[in-house]
Amino acid sequence: MIVPFQHLLILACILFLLGLMTVLVRRNLIMILIGVEIMLNAAGLVLVGASALWQQLDGQVMVIFLMALTSAEVSISLAMVVYLNRRKKTIDVRAFDELRG
Amino acid sequence: MATWIFYILGAVAVVATAMAVTRRNPVHSVIYLVNSFFALAMIFYLLGAPLVAAWEVIIYAGAIMVLFLFIIMMLELSPGEEADRQGPGALQWLPVLLLGAALLTCTLLLLQLDPAAGQAVPNWYASPRDFGYVLFHEYALAVEIVSFQLLFAAVGAFYVGRAASREKQPGGQQ
Repeated sequence: MIVPFQHLLILACILFLLGLMTVLVRRNLIMILIGVEIMLNAAGLVLVGASALWQQLDGQVMVIFLMALTSAEVSISLAMVVYLNRRKKTIDVRAFDELRG
Repeated sequence: MATWIFYILGAVAVVATAMAVTRRNPVHSVIYLVNSFFALAMIFYLLGAPLVAAWEVIIYAGAIMVLFLFIIMMLELSPGEEADRQGPGALQWLPVLLLGAALLTCTLLLLQLDPAAGQAVPNWYASPRDFGYVLFHEYALAVEIVSFQLLFAAVGAFYVGRAASREKQPGGQQ
């Protein structure tokens, strides 16, 4: 596929910003985790694109490690969500502000 | 031809992600996100990474998103008490949209300045055989570390779930 690397970077940037906006705006814990997923995927897109640009496999290997990292992160954070939901009967982040100064 | 497919898939990914971000019901947004991940997987395939494309579908769309669906169903959120059923208002969106537009503008300007960014991504294909060779020869230690990380994640998730169930019945058996 012949496509400018620039366009690939722009696509990844748009996806990353969508994920970032989700994390900043939403108050639902699950939606915040989904935003993190979107950001990690955009990072993976840049890695695969760089791997194709320089024709080296290291970028694709990094994407595999990124997927392993994501699955570990998701399993722990969803367990935390279940735990928090048991404590407060809600997953609204505004309910978890005991550490507020 | 492949170039046009890339642009179509990119548009699909952006639109599906935007829909996922703005849905109020988490189940809808997870389904839209699966759609976006399928588009991304096909982009990976076009970029010469068939194995990564398959794993994107299997791990992201198949495992992680289904885990999200399980948890959403397990939490038993009734529609009335859902966390943000009104959704964030314009007051929350405005500063974030401004920040996002500023970051996107800066990125586009930077890409204009960088001469290397204009390079075309060449036609290239990495067979799963080459991929496996690099993964297990040059990155063998990293593979071991990642497997330990997955083990720790499993133990951590198990501990968090167990602590919650012990709290519910304090006199229970350990």
